[in-house]
Amino acid sequence: MAVPVAYYLALSAVLFVMGALGVLVRRNAIVVFMSLELMFNAANLAFVAFARYYLQLDGQIIVFFVMTVAAAEVAVGLALMVAIFRARHSIDVDQMSILKG
Amino acid sequence: MLSETLANGNWNLAFLVLFFPLAGLLFNLIAGKWLGEKVIGAVASLATGLSFVMALLMGTWLMQGGGEAVTVPLFDWFRAGSLHLGWTLRIDTLSVMMMLVVTGVGTLIHIYAIGYMHDDVRHQGDPGRFQRFFVFLNLFIFAMLILVSADSYLMMFVGWEGVGLCSYLLIGFWYEKGAEGTGNAKAAKKAFIVNRIGDFGLLLALFLLFGAFGTLNFDPIFKNAALASPAIILAATLLMLLGVAGKSAQLPLFVWLPDAMAGPTPVSALIHAATMVTAGVYLIARSAPLYELAPSAQLVATWLGAATALFAATIAIAQNDIKKVLAYSTISQLGFMVAAVGMGAMVAGLFHLVTHAFFKALLFLAAGSVIQGMERGLHEAAHHGGEYDEDVDPQDMRSMGGLRSRMGLTFWVYLIGALALAGIAPLAGFFSKDEILLDALHEQPGVFAVLLTAAFLTAFYMGRQVLLVFFGQPRSEAAAHATESPAVMTVPLVLLAAGSVLAGALNLPVEGLHWLTGWLEHSIAGAESLPFDWLVAVGSTLVALSGLAAAYFFYGKRQPLGRALADPLSSAGCWVYSAFQHKWWVDDIYRKWLVGPLRAMSEFLAATFDQQVIDGVPKLLGESVKDFAIWLSGLQNGLVRSYIMAVLGGLIFILAFLLFIMR
Repeated sequence: MAVPVAYYLALSAVLFVMGALGVLVRRNAIVVFMSLELMFNAANLAFVAFARYYLQLDGQIIVFFVMTVAAAEVAVGLALMVAIFRARHSIDVDQMSILKG
Repeated sequence: MLSETLANGNWNLAFLVLFFPLAGLLFNLIAGKWLGEKVIGAVASLATGLSFVMALLMGTWLMQGGGEAVTVPLFDWFRAGSLHLGWTLRIDTLSVMMMLVVTGVGTLIHIYAIGYMHDDVRHQGDPGRFQRFFVFLNLFIFAMLILVSADSYLMMFVGWEGVGLCSYLLIGFWYEKGAEGTGNAKAAKKAFIVNRIGDFGLLLALFLLFGAFGTLNFDPIFKNAALASPAIILAATLLMLLGVAGKSAQLPLFVWLPDAMAGPTPVSALIHAATMVTAGVYLIARSAPLYELAPSAQLVATWLGAATALFAATIAIAQNDIKKVLAYSTISQLGFMVAAVGMGAMVAGLFHLVTHAFFKALLFLAAGSVIQGMERGLHEAAHHGGEYDEDVDPQDMRSMGGLRSRMGLTFWVYLIGALALAGIAPLAGFFSKDEILLDALHEQPGVFAVLLTAAFLTAFYMGRQVLLVFFGQPRSEAAAHATESPAVMTVPLVLLAAGSVLAGALNLPVEGLHWLTGWLEHSIAGAESLPFDWLVAVGSTLVALSGLAAAYFFYGKRQPLGRALADPLSSAGCWVYSAFQHKWWVDDIYRKWLVGPLRAMSEFLAATFDQQVIDGVPKLLGESVKDFAIWLSGLQNGLVRSYIMAVLGGLIFILAFLLFIMR
């Protein structure tokens, strides 16, 4: 028996808000990254849910793109973070503020 | 060939009269650096002398042509709408007379200045200014010739301002000297500013005339003057009088002329006695057709001149500076001239202008000779073991005395000048002053009485001056050691003295010998001279003689006036004498009631209004933009999470907007 689409969407919203909160409140860059991934996947869930609901493949295809981009982004982001950690011995995002006005 | 060109009224050459001084000044300006003093002086004198020759030539051409006025267009100045201004020379008997005075007396003063400035630049400690002096002097001659040869009020105004500029430059010639190191500069500034007040009036008069006639050329204005509204003519002539009062140092604007004595003495002689200050008289004479239509303006001019004549004469009797006495005397004599031309006695006024140019230039130059004699005496006395007496002012008559034996030639020419000024027959001043008095008796008996009193005072202060300077015993070491000036200075003195004796012959009060009247009637309609009147002639001579006698009574027998001793009149005249001595407190009144409030207002505008209001507005704008920017830069705090918060907030806002408001 099919689960109504609203449930998927609600779960997606909950995941998105949890991700956003994590990005906003955590100071460890790794955790911020993980929270970002959570937000991506919340969006992916919404795409997939709508694709199933409207019986179209577009949403599922977009999800592949999102996952690809996210993987690339993680690769670049983690490399950046390693470089920053080497230079500053910390990946606290609040300490990366030397460009303030 | 040359003689033919010159004999037959070749008016194309008329521009030469202006060209010579211009060429002289340019030559000295450019090449003067590499030339000696003698060459510079010779070039400048030659330039003025050639102008004089040119003026003489034009005089003969005029006579050949029956005295008819000639206009010589030089070139267009500008055209704007209906206004067409050209540089046109107006050569008539009046302008040629003025040119002859300016260049004739001017040439002699140039020659004198070669000797005078040679000493002066060394005494003042900057020989490099010798060249500058002659450049300015030629510039003055050039501007003055523009003034008198102009064919329109506007061109005349250019010359009018030009001579004012030269006056300023030459009063402040030693601009770093004088009281507190700024005295001369202040005197120059005062002359310039006071003249601006007069020029303001003249300019308004020109605007009125242009508004009424649509042109500023003399001929059309005078031709149509009778058709214009009398109110406009009256206003224009009265405003013109303000210009006259400024330039010719009449009440109430005379205060600049005594201070102008800060300039070198040849300047005092040329600009502030013989020529520039008579520009006002010339202006009235030139505008005679306008003044004839405005009897009230004539009346004002007459009384203005008469009052000035008396007023300045009273001040002159209590001055101790040899040049100050002559300065006030000049103001007084200009009063005579303005009164005369105001009464419509144009010839008498202009006659006095000519004779006055001779004897007042003579007196100033002789005074310059006395001053330099005193300066040489100072050095001589110091040389002979005495100390250089810093306290002795070489211009103070109280330190002089007995110079008759030390400076014989200067004494004799000074005496001639003084007697001519006092109006003793048969010297030049007698004839011209007599003619003014005669006209005054017929036109305005009240003015006659005032002028006669002024004539008495004239004789008195000149007698006093001659007695104090040349007679008695020397009252200082400087006076005891004074020496005569060199020939380059004394020869012009002798020539001017000859002029002071003979210039009366220009207009002898005998039927058929009224040459100046006959000469000027071509330029001034209705020029005439009244028949000789023995009563006035003998009366004025007696008045002059009694003035001299009074001077002898007070200053002749005793030896008063060492620098510590008071003037014998000061005890006799109590507060009246004090008023004379303090120039009737005019300067103090102006300072307190005009300059003071103006200065207070300027200070308020500069310190309060400008600093706080004018500067405050842009300052406030700038400050507020800066404050806003500082607040705005606080947003860029470097915290990534706060940026994300802002992005999220923005996103929520846009979504809410789209969901709830746009729907």
